[in-house]
Amino acid sequence: MGKRDRLSGNEAVAIAMRQINPDVMPAFPITPSTEIPQYFSSFVANGQVDTEFIPVESEHSAMSAAIGAEAAGARTLTATSSCGMALMWEELYVAASNRLPIALALVNRALSGPININCDHSDSMGARDAGWIQIYAENNQEAYDNFIQAYPIAENAKVRLPIMICQDGFITSHAVENIELLEDKEVQAFVGDYTPEHYLLNQKETMAVGPYAVSNYYMEAKKQHAQAMTNAKQIVLEVAKKFAEISGREYGLFEEYRLEDAEYAMVIIGSAAGTAKDAVDALREKGVKAGLLKIRLFRPFPAEEIAQALSHAKVVAIMDRAESLSSQGGPLGSEVMAALYRARSQVLAVNYIYGLGGRDVRVDQVAEVFGQLEKDAAAGKIADAYRYLGLRE
Amino acid sequence: MGYNFKETMNKPERLAGGHRMCAGCGGTIAARNVLRGLHEGDRAVIGNATGCMEVSTFMYPYTAWEDSYIHNAFENAGATLSGVETAYRVLKKRGKIDETYKFITFGGDGGTYDIGLQSLSGAMERNHDMVYVCYDNGAYMNTGIQRSSATPMYANTTTTPVGSESNGKPQNRKDLAAIIAEHDVPYVAQTTFWKNFKDLHVKSEKAIYTEGAAFLNIMAPCPRGWQYPTADIMEICRLGVETNYWPLFEVEQGKWTLNYEPKKKLPIEDFLIKQGRFKHLFKKENEYLIGEFQKEVDRRWEDLVYRCSR
Repeated sequence: MGKRDRLSGNEAVAIAMRQINPDVMPAFPITPSTEIPQYFSSFVANGQVDTEFIPVESEHSAMSAAIGAEAAGARTLTATSSCGMALMWEELYVAASNRLPIALALVNRALSGPININCDHSDSMGARDAGWIQIYAENNQEAYDNFIQAYPIAENAKVRLPIMICQDGFITSHAVENIELLEDKEVQAFVGDYTPEHYLLNQKETMAVGPYAVSNYYMEAKKQHAQAMTNAKQIVLEVAKKFAEISGREYGLFEEYRLEDAEYAMVIIGSAAGTAKDAVDALREKGVKAGLLKIRLFRPFPAEEIAQALSHAKVVAIMDRAESLSSQGGPLGSEVMAALYRARSQVLAVNYIYGLGGRDVRVDQVAEVFGQLEKDAAAGKIADAYRYLGLRE
Repeated sequence: MGYNFKETMNKPERLAGGHRMCAGCGGTIAARNVLRGLHEGDRAVIGNATGCMEVSTFMYPYTAWEDSYIHNAFENAGATLSGVETAYRVLKKRGKIDETYKFITFGGDGGTYDIGLQSLSGAMERNHDMVYVCYDNGAYMNTGIQRSSATPMYANTTTTPVGSESNGKPQNRKDLAAIIAEHDVPYVAQTTFWKNFKDLHVKSEKAIYTEGAAFLNIMAPCPRGWQYPTADIMEICRLGVETNYWPLFEVEQGKWTLNYEPKKKLPIEDFLIKQGRFKHLFKKENEYLIGEFQKEVDRRWEDLVYRCSR
């Protein structure tokens, strides 16, 4: 059964990769994800995996080679952050539209500029329309567990989409925490062999990948892609259920923390959820009905379930660790508010931008947000739905 | 390797007819004849940078390629085939496939000299067992004849148009075959459609069956971009070789070899005059430009002869 250890998030994900023993890993270093290909290269060098590592000359080539390898019939993964993923941009779309179940370990970091190596979610949020599944982690254990679940979700015949397993740069990627690892054999049995239906190196048939498709086919391809994304939600839950059977750890579309009877709710992604949980606990002791919804699955977006989980709250703060510079707030804010509107929810909602470029978020700041929510609820309206948290005066 | 013209030309086509490339397209001639370098029974995965060839041969739901084929994007044919070739090695190692596959990718000069240069350089330096074939028609023909770094000086293109203040492209062309040779890859060759195609066929077979990375640079005229009657392609290629504009050479394990030296080098205007893109050079007031062009051809030729004499 489980094996206790103390690992950084990067090392935990690298170990998950070793246990999966994929066919091909092309990668290019970028802070803070560099350690992942480094650890993995040492596994290759020491014969702990028989994966072929391609030390490509850029992230663009990392994703390009990943597309080639996956299309050829090889289980393929890579890791990157920030500008590295921005350089992959065009290729993210090509991978997804070719329905290639590549796994990407994304260690979230701010996009330039100014150039900044610390955490925020601008990289993956910018890629939210690229057609990849996105799953986020609060801590090292979740990053590890999510990566083990990546291929069973991505390779499912109803899905066949690339998957991004995200964790927060430095905050979880470099912090060493207690963790429970699965046995190698358990992981291998859980992930299974990769047996694609059609691929370039299939000796029984030839195939062509990456067509020129004009107006009479393009839209149908997009609709099928959209359908696969819709299907992914159920598969994420099914895989989580099977994962719970071997690990004892349960996962859903999101985590509800003291949310059931909460009047003041917060929606958040990633490591700051841990900080927010402390604030919720402190407020609950004071009798304030605070609660938290931590997003795990962002793509596909579980809008109905989120609206349902928030339906009893008086007011909700939607926390964005990314600006969308739309003058309206951040991406999570837009999506959650749209979800509430579609559900005809009467919940008041406000969007906070926080933690950009690695700006710390503290328990007292989260408590401050909840304090503001109480005032908003008392006022019965939101005057300013687009706020910044922790900005220097 | 012996060369039998009839046998080579009678090999089954691996790029089927019915594709939508222009009549007389040099790129298509290049692809069909490179694929004749494959031994029968050997399988291949063909890569392709975005360009005329890709949009005309794989228009969903039809493909003209008899082998497995992958198009990814404009700038990454090198990296894409790196991934495919690596997948082959690992699947073979893991006992999932047993047949022999070869990896050949085609790119125009836009996808190769320019936007795809980094990806190509990486693939060559990592020495993947693959052949990158550049069908060099000296401009971005797919988007409508814009200059590339392979465009010869003074050529009239849609981004270096001839005008009252312009004599066409001001710069010389990039010597890509030399750049790739400096990557210290096992095999690099430059060729074109010449005589009975022996040069192209022999070099293709060598490139495909040399272990490690190989690069072929093939001058592949484009009747639309170069502005000549389609039937003249063989004559234009002959003049390219006989004027020393497009020398035939190869670099094997670092050793440079000149494959052909004209007994009597022809003047460059013989090559230029056949092409509408150089028409302005033949105006009285522009004759000195032909002299400049000739100087550049001679300088490059001398440099090549020097490399080959070492």
